[in-house]
Amino acid sequence: MSTAETPTEMPLCEQAPGENPICENPVEQFLRTDRMPHIWCPGCGIGTTVNCFARALLKTGLDLRKVVVVSGIGCTGRVAGYVKLDSFHTTHGRAIPFATGLKLANPELTVVVYSGDGDLTSIGGNHLIHAARRNLDLKVICVNNLTYSMTGGQAAATTPEDSITTTSPYGAFEPAMNIPHLVAAAGATFVARWTTFHVAQTMKAMQRMLTRRGFSFLEVISPCPTLYQRRNQMGDGLDTMKHYKEVSVSNNNANLAEIGMTKSGQITVGNFLEIERPDYLEAMRAQLRNRLQERYIEVGGAPCQN
Amino acid sequence: MAKGTVAIKTERCKGCSFCVEFCPPKVLALSPVYNAKGYHPPQLIDPDKCTGCDLCGMYCPDFAIHGFRFPKAAAEPAPTVGAAA
Amino acid sequence: MHADPTGVLTGTHFLNGDQACCEGALAGGARFSAGYPITPSTEIVERFSKRIPTIGGVFIQMEDELAASIAIQGAVWAGAKAFTVTSGPGFSLMMEHIGLAAMTETPCVFVDVQRGGPSTGLPTLPAQGDMMQARFGSHGDYPCIALCPSSPQECFTLMVRAMNLAEEFRTPVFLMMDEVVGHMTERVQIPPAETIAVTPRKLTDKAPGEFRPYEDSEDLVPPMAHAGEGYQFHVTGLTHDERGYPSMTPATQAKLIRRLREKITRGMDRITQVEEDNVDGAEVVVVSYGITMRVAQRAIKLARAEGIAVGGMRLVTVWPFPEERIHALAGRVRALVIPELNMGQVALEVERCARGATQVIPVPHAGATVHDPQQILDAIRKGAGR
Repeated sequence: MSTAETPTEMPLCEQAPGENPICENPVEQFLRTDRMPHIWCPGCGIGTTVNCFARALLKTGLDLRKVVVVSGIGCTGRVAGYVKLDSFHTTHGRAIPFATGLKLANPELTVVVYSGDGDLTSIGGNHLIHAARRNLDLKVICVNNLTYSMTGGQAAATTPEDSITTTSPYGAFEPAMNIPHLVAAAGATFVARWTTFHVAQTMKAMQRMLTRRGFSFLEVISPCPTLYQRRNQMGDGLDTMKHYKEVSVSNNNANLAEIGMTKSGQITVGNFLEIERPDYLEAMRAQLRNRLQERYIEVGGAPCQN
Repeated sequence: MAKGTVAIKTERCKGCSFCVEFCPPKVLALSPVYNAKGYHPPQLIDPDKCTGCDLCGMYCPDFAIHGFRFPKAAAEPAPTVGAAA
Repeated sequence: MHADPTGVLTGTHFLNGDQACCEGALAGGARFSAGYPITPSTEIVERFSKRIPTIGGVFIQMEDELAASIAIQGAVWAGAKAFTVTSGPGFSLMMEHIGLAAMTETPCVFVDVQRGGPSTGLPTLPAQGDMMQARFGSHGDYPCIALCPSSPQECFTLMVRAMNLAEEFRTPVFLMMDEVVGHMTERVQIPPAETIAVTPRKLTDKAPGEFRPYEDSEDLVPPMAHAGEGYQFHVTGLTHDERGYPSMTPATQAKLIRRLREKITRGMDRITQVEEDNVDGAEVVVVSYGITMRVAQRAIKLARAEGIAVGGMRLVTVWPFPEERIHALAGRVRALVIPELNMGQVALEVERCARGATQVIPVPHAGATVHDPQQILDAIRKGAGR
């Protein structure tokens, strides 16, 4: 059984009790509150990951004007629309190449790709592989709810075998994609997986991603009670969270080849990988400087503006 | 003596119970009342034991609750916080 | 505003159309390009990848055309002027992101060096078969600006113009080249930077709290902001309101789609570029564009030698279509002859705009080479009743 860590530093209210007991929720300053309530279902875990993200951002102390969120399409793709940052809701599967252009044209930006499993690993799978290979400095947060939710719960590349979905009515039989294994093999320099039960660990992983350089990938396993858990008689969001608590095993040294998701078996979680190698921009600059010497005009800041 | 408390925006709540279930000192319960959308938002049933740890705030998928600590100097008992939104 | 001299290779050069197009992009201010190799367009980004590190900018070769066509849009929102290049199959893959650029009003340029199709077709041989795809290829209703160069020199000048129009109207612009123009080598004159007009991006002067990314403005082109400047704005491909927020109502949809269309319609005078050659008093006018114009010129010369009063009209801007110009012309001539390297795409538009006022004679060609001038001459004779 896994445990949820209690946050070590808790938000302090600036007001004494009795004066104004309602401190603002730390997530609030990151939300487009004029768009609340959001579209996510009761018991959906996407909002939980946004809490972790907001708290992680706060802890990093990053200049929020320089933090950009890029999403693709899908339920998690709506994150870009709810965060009060420069945010782009792009096309299905293409958040990573959009983010690539943003980052390369203005390397000062901290570029976060926040999207779902179908978006990032299926229709956008090729871009995921190549961004990892390039070690492009993107922070990719993949909320994996094991299904295509926005369209009504179809089988995804991530749907565990034997799961009932609208397009696998007799049970899925394709092996589910093992995303951490894929991105690590492709060259990612930070790879983690947690569930929405592991809020503090998720927040810490996000914090680490936001402050390091290179392609960083976090998978967050999350309930889709409306479409996935319901059709598989796995209860509601809360039941799913308890299930995560029950079956998750934290192992930072796990053999990534063996951590594929199954319908109800063990979920291996952890910060699996963190290595250092030059990111895309470093490699590009070094190569061009080496070949062109003083003729090379290095890009920095917002160099492409003209 | 409470170390902290929670603030709840009842109208945002969708009644998932994550906050109730995962509250370490178990100070929350779903209220019998309904919000405008028909969900039962949480309420603080044992204010003295709330540590303000904000785990509820981390879990809440609807940004409807969060916890916070009182400054150490404060000696007043924690007030129960009602609807804020 | 004029061109930044660091990107302008002033002088007289012997370049092919692809190379000249790259120089046009640089002179027009492009400092970012993402591409994927495809014949016959590749030389454009090959040259860009060689030139840009000493000018200050970035080229990245992406994993496919889907990626290239959206990476440039990310770069635009980060502040760069950007373009990508492709040919038929890649152009097909880029369609979704052409719609995204139109919907999010992202100024960028797509260069299509047309080759024979459909499918893999004729990678190394010419066609003009993507003209309707440029106009209607992405789903939904959106405006389109497309320019057709007929020479390497024009690949330079019209690429600069394409970059400028993209900024002026905040819309994707197409430079519709073809394999012959792309690979033909001719003299290309690149003028001094101070004589090349460059349209600056229309940026907001409002404070972050007051900025609305899609607010109403007089010319229907809302000023932009760039990521990283503190505006904390939202951009979505969903139907959106003035704040950029999704708003999926009939009213919002109507307002947005009508404005996207209207901003181009209102700018027609500034966009349309048509060249006429002895149109007044002509019995027959040959309407052509791109490489086909040069073959048509030969046919026109031959027809004139036979005593036929024949004029030429060349569409430098194909989209938006110069509807009124064609209609006015149709009322004055016996026939309009439309040679093109496809089975009759722009001919359909000419027919529509002629509204029955004259005979429209398409001269279709399946591609792989250019017309034989004799084919066009025959059509001119037919139109003149000879």
